[in-house]
Amino acid sequence: MPIMTDLHTELKASIIEQLNLEDMEVSDIENDEPLFGDGLGLDSIDALELIVLLEKDYGIKLTDPKKGREIFESINKMADFIEANRTK
Amino acid sequence: MYINGMASIAAQTEEDLFAGNLKSFQQNIFPATIVNYKEYIKPMMLRRMSKAIKMGLVAAKQALNEAGVEVPDSIIVGTGEGCKQDTEKFLENILDENESFLTPTAFIQSTHNTVGGQIALDLKCTGYNMTYTQNSVSFESALIDAKLQFAEDPDTRCVLVGGVDELAKTSTPFYNLDGQLKAGEINTAEILQSESGGTITSEGAAFFLLSEIRTQDSFAEISDCMIYREISEEKLEEEISWFLKKNDLKPEDLDAVILGNNGDKRFDHYYHQLQDTIFKNTLQLGYKNWVGDYNTVTAYSCWLGAEILKRNEIPQQLKLNNLEVKQPKSILIYNQYLGKNHSLTLLRSL
Amino acid sequence: MSRSVAVTGMGIFSAIGKDLEENHSSLIHGKHGLSTPEILETTHQKLPIGEIKATNIDLAKNLNLDESHAFTRAALLGTIALKEAVKNAKIKDFTNIGFVNGTSVGGMDMTERFYREYENDATNRRFIQAQHPGFTTEQIASYFGINNYVTTISTACSSAANAIMMGARLIKSGRLDRVIVGGTDCLSRFTLNGFNSLMIYSEDFPKPFDAERKGLNLGEAAAYLVLESAELAENKEVLGYVSGYGNANDAFHQTASSENGEGAYLAMQKALKTARFNPHQIDYINAHGTATQNNDLSESRALIRTFKEMPALSSTKSFTGHTLAAAGGIEAVFSLLAIKHQQIYPNLNFNSVINETKLEPVTELKSAKIDHVLSNSFGFGGNCTSLIFSKNG
Repeated sequence: MPIMTDLHTELKASIIEQLNLEDMEVSDIENDEPLFGDGLGLDSIDALELIVLLEKDYGIKLTDPKKGREIFESINKMADFIEANRTK
Repeated sequence: MYINGMASIAAQTEEDLFAGNLKSFQQNIFPATIVNYKEYIKPMMLRRMSKAIKMGLVAAKQALNEAGVEVPDSIIVGTGEGCKQDTEKFLENILDENESFLTPTAFIQSTHNTVGGQIALDLKCTGYNMTYTQNSVSFESALIDAKLQFAEDPDTRCVLVGGVDELAKTSTPFYNLDGQLKAGEINTAEILQSESGGTITSEGAAFFLLSEIRTQDSFAEISDCMIYREISEEKLEEEISWFLKKNDLKPEDLDAVILGNNGDKRFDHYYHQLQDTIFKNTLQLGYKNWVGDYNTVTAYSCWLGAEILKRNEIPQQLKLNNLEVKQPKSILIYNQYLGKNHSLTLLRSL
Repeated sequence: MSRSVAVTGMGIFSAIGKDLEENHSSLIHGKHGLSTPEILETTHQKLPIGEIKATNIDLAKNLNLDESHAFTRAALLGTIALKEAVKNAKIKDFTNIGFVNGTSVGGMDMTERFYREYENDATNRRFIQAQHPGFTTEQIASYFGINNYVTTISTACSSAANAIMMGARLIKSGRLDRVIVGGTDCLSRFTLNGFNSLMIYSEDFPKPFDAERKGLNLGEAAAYLVLESAELAENKEVLGYVSGYGNANDAFHQTASSENGEGAYLAMQKALKTARFNPHQIDYINAHGTATQNNDLSESRALIRTFKEMPALSSTKSFTGHTLAAAGGIEAVFSLLAIKHQQIYPNLNFNSVINETKLEPVTELKSAKIDHVLSNSFGFGGNCTSLIFSKNG
């Protein structure tokens, strides 16, 4: 069982705000739900938004947008990556 | 070119226009009426759209619906100021963050052809796609392009043409600073009698589904359109007569003229001159005191003219003189902004 | 619809030269115009750009404008390029001439400079309207006194190409006999940061059609053609003809191109159709070739779908950077220079083919028999345009 941390909730709230998912709430996003494609339905433009979010909020700089796809697979993956790499 | 479907979003509703219930505003900047965009646009698409894109896409879809067309052969959009909301959003980010931490969404939605591109994307329309951005003749440039399309390509059956412009929170109020907007207390209903410079502004979208061949859905015709970057008052009368003549009309044959009077004392004399001379005995209509002046407000006036021809009914609140017309058949639209970018558009009933 | 459309004059101002002669000289000597920013005020001091090394003050002096002028940088560049074009075409009377200008950001350079100043300082409020493309067009038109049919096309990076197409159509239809067409765009923080935020801006020189391409580099430029009906052009030197054009929409994504380049393919098909040409008649392709991963692969696929045997191909964006709305204009000039001098200009910085498509561009200046050139310009919003220029009408 993955543990729901503050980081998970924080990420969901940031995603909803940053990507203008107006009709969504934090509880609508599952931790292991795919963020792209058939899951939440995010696209390549959202991936670029999330790359800036990583840099701005957690001090992680990604130079290759292709890497984003793996990191942003789900909230769980994102949270793990942030925990391992954050500088702020 | 025949109109088979059309739709308009502006500061006034169609119902209020023909019921004589047009509202006045106490500000020099006022928004378009509220539309339920969710009815027409998927939420995942809607979330990134500024008002111009939403208004444009919905008006386009409504026009297509009315004409019973799913995908047009071409999409031609006029927008004088394009996607200002996203432009200022991205620009403010650049200035605030000193060129760092920038996300691309506002940038990619800021280009002037975003509305045309988003309509194509939504309809999966791979046909001809064009965007004109020439101040107050942006919509007319699009109309002229549509006319050429029909003339040159027998495969072009129907063309979607529209005009759209939006307000933005910082860039629109800049027009208070360079004299484009009226200062002081304002009652928009009364601005056409104003003795001061400047006008009032708003936003809107009007789209038309046009065909070269008359169909069972056709209800009016856009016969001709001309644009002039500059024209002198002396030359204007002559040019209008020539324009009408090439369409087998004389000024006195017109049933109504829709004029772009916007209450700007510095430039309304272009209209007043015509009102006192060649159009003295023609029904004169003005509309900008109700929906504001913006670069593509002439798309609204085109919708208005076509609606009058379709209904055989004149909205009484728009009348600038007291003539009566029972069965309007031909309507001329004349417009200019700040004395430049003049246009003539001729509408006829069927 | 059989009137042919002659090009009787052209003018250009880009990072590789202030006029036709300088541009041609740079092209044949393989001299690119990319450098780090000197005029553009930006924090991105290391990003290569195709910058014209003249300040607005220099440019305004060149045009004898007084200090209170309201010319944006795009208008300054545009006016200088247009002057050369009309001189070339020996046009002195502007009474019955049309003007279709392509620009994407128009006067954004002024907007970004004064945006925070307008409120409290009246000095530069004459630039408030400069944010909108039509403003730049009007400045240029008023300089020459072009007063009738004047309009602006703004379809991002295909703007000038679309303006050329529209001009040709206006002449073919008989609506006008003489039209000036092309486009202008200057560098701005807005576009530089925009493309940088899309993570497609290259930190090295652009490598179009190369397997290791890292993205595009922006440039600034203006270029115009004078188009005339064949009757008007009868006793003039004709530089070439606009023989084909086509526009289509990719209808795939707001910024990215579809995998098989559907929009590009359709635009090329339409251009070939209006010219009544078979693909094998094309001698040289001046590609869009921005050097982004996405464009060059997608365009390559569309080219392969269109041409069984690939004509000589190059992207001159490796010389000038991607000049956005002006790209279709300067590349039209390069296409016409290719016809005039019977030579193909190289695609710089190319080392290895893209694995999926294996297209090999021309990498050295090459003499060749050139009757017909196809020039591609694609933009945001899925906007794809192809033009064909020919030696004979």
